[in-house]
Amino acid sequence: MRRAQTFPVPDPHTDALAGEEAFALPGVRPLRVPLLLALVAVLATVLVGASQGSVDIPFTTVVRILASKVLGLGSATWPQTWEEIVWQIRLPRVLLAGLVGATLAFSGAGYQGILRNPLADPYLIGVAAGAGLGATIVLVSPVPYAFGTLSLLPPAAFAGAVLAVSISYGLARSGGVAPNVTLILAGVAVSAAATSAMTFLIMANHQRAVTVLSWLLGGFNTATWQKVGIVLPYSLVGGAAVLASARILNVLQLDEEEAQQLGVPVERVKLLVIVAASLATAAAVSVSGLIGFVGLIVPHTVRLLWGFDYRRLVPMSMAVGAVFLILADLAARSVLSPSEVPVGVVTALCGAPFFLWLLRRHRRAVF
Amino acid sequence: MLEIRDLWADYGDTPVLRGVSLDVAAGEVVGLVGPNGSGKTTLVRTVTRVMPLRSGEVRLLGEDSRTLTRAALARRVAVVPQNPALPEGFTVLEIVLMGRTPYLRLLQSEGPSDLAAARRALTQTGTTALASRFAHQLSGGERQQVVIARVLAQEAPVLLLDEPTSHLDVGHQMAVMGLVRRLCEERGLAVLATIHDLTLAALYCDRLVLLDRGAVAAEGSPDSVLRPELIASAYGAEVTVLRHPASGRPVVVPLGSTPASEPAGGRPPSGDGRRDGGER
Repeated sequence: MRRAQTFPVPDPHTDALAGEEAFALPGVRPLRVPLLLALVAVLATVLVGASQGSVDIPFTTVVRILASKVLGLGSATWPQTWEEIVWQIRLPRVLLAGLVGATLAFSGAGYQGILRNPLADPYLIGVAAGAGLGATIVLVSPVPYAFGTLSLLPPAAFAGAVLAVSISYGLARSGGVAPNVTLILAGVAVSAAATSAMTFLIMANHQRAVTVLSWLLGGFNTATWQKVGIVLPYSLVGGAAVLASARILNVLQLDEEEAQQLGVPVERVKLLVIVAASLATAAAVSVSGLIGFVGLIVPHTVRLLWGFDYRRLVPMSMAVGAVFLILADLAARSVLSPSEVPVGVVTALCGAPFFLWLLRRHRRAVF
Repeated sequence: MLEIRDLWADYGDTPVLRGVSLDVAAGEVVGLVGPNGSGKTTLVRTVTRVMPLRSGEVRLLGEDSRTLTRAALARRVAVVPQNPALPEGFTVLEIVLMGRTPYLRLLQSEGPSDLAAARRALTQTGTTALASRFAHQLSGGERQQVVIARVLAQEAPVLLLDEPTSHLDVGHQMAVMGLVRRLCEERGLAVLATIHDLTLAALYCDRLVLLDRGAVAAEGSPDSVLRPELIASAYGAEVTVLRHPASGRPVVVPLGSTPASEPAGGRPPSGDGRRDGGER
């Protein structure tokens, strides 16, 4: 009776009707315009960020200072102090915030992609707790950690983060495979161990508690060109690796077994993305502290706006992450000016409600 | 096309396949039947190297599967999985284009030839009109068509289907199996399908292979495999075999000791008999 259920023999007319637009290739091509707009938005946000601060410098002067420094255009008709404020204080701060925002966002997208878990963020498998422990050890130790411009803090946080992720991954891996649930559980266990060690160190050295906590909450008030230089190579290499894996990340969304049957070396891709995202995140954390929620909410916002294709998701997350964290930092230094709110407080204030909304939306499909 | 020789596989200490040998030629649909836990899915997983084989050999178009890279393997054998995942946010065309993965290098995007392959696959499965729909919003029958389209876009000469009909109603079961038959003939594919429904298997397969506790218990025409005594020993189920009114193929009918009309506690007799835990 329901003969229509035999698959219809294709009719050339309906075939033509399905239209050429339905047959446009996905991926990179429809991306060009939004990506260009995103780039413009990032540059505009950098300018806005660099023009705001406790010293009132006209916006056009800021633009002219930057033009003269970057492009060698025009001659200095502004006070030397303005140039120093813009070039030595504001610009590195804005750029560092943008770089860290982009890094946390693409790392979050990468983690969500390989773990196929919408609640994954770059801190999930140990980066945060490891970096925190590394930084705490340096901050509470009686040995001085800063020598002029050289500080032991970034390398210690970096080492702690890398060590924690390595332990999580090493614990989860057996027989050449690291199942997602095991990886997440190992990350939770390693994070718990590192966090309790950190808490113990803070309690035992309570006179340093404020120093440690203010580092943990994160911020860019000590941004320098040197810190930008520390993060940049890791962000570039890590970002390139996650971008290069974007099409494979799409295939991984099917299922790991199906991806393998489509020719994807799943474990190698997972390891590549974990290494790339974790190293970049560790570098970002080492100079800015633990800034929460960026790696979680930015990729999800991008999904809502531009869809799920990782070839769009990863680059757009970079742009949105940069814009978001520059603006969050701007809010952090303006709201209670002249004192500052830790930027982690601002991102958490925006991020927590969003996270709860996401949790409700995904409550049936967390794992 | 597909030659399996003395294949052994296990999960830890539990042997699941104990020396299975079978061949599938081009243009042939072979049905793999057997009770739950007899090793049907394990066979599919071992052939595609998703799980390692203990000993034995799998040859695809004459080449040892262990010498092939994952991508080269995927260009030779494609799988319609038991519970295909269709992730949120991807259109049918995007899903079907994922079938082109084994042909693309890391930084390469799909090109015109991939689009052409996807288009052929959509046309052959009658899913062209769905191309721009979101795959996760489709009905069960449509999803299965889309997954078959993705597998066709993979253009592998050997096709493995793992319970392609188990979630479908009778209409869609017939539609899927009819499609598989047609594709097998049109493209000259070698098809190995695990099928729970013995009558459906008999109707659409050229040959059947009966697996029992990881070994081949019987192999041959549907008539020679679907004999009540063989089914009783493999499934622990009492059945009788009738004739299909149109094709003359065997129709397996359970002889339940508890008729469905009986009240309280009467579970309708099921065709696949003994239920001994999860599918392997």
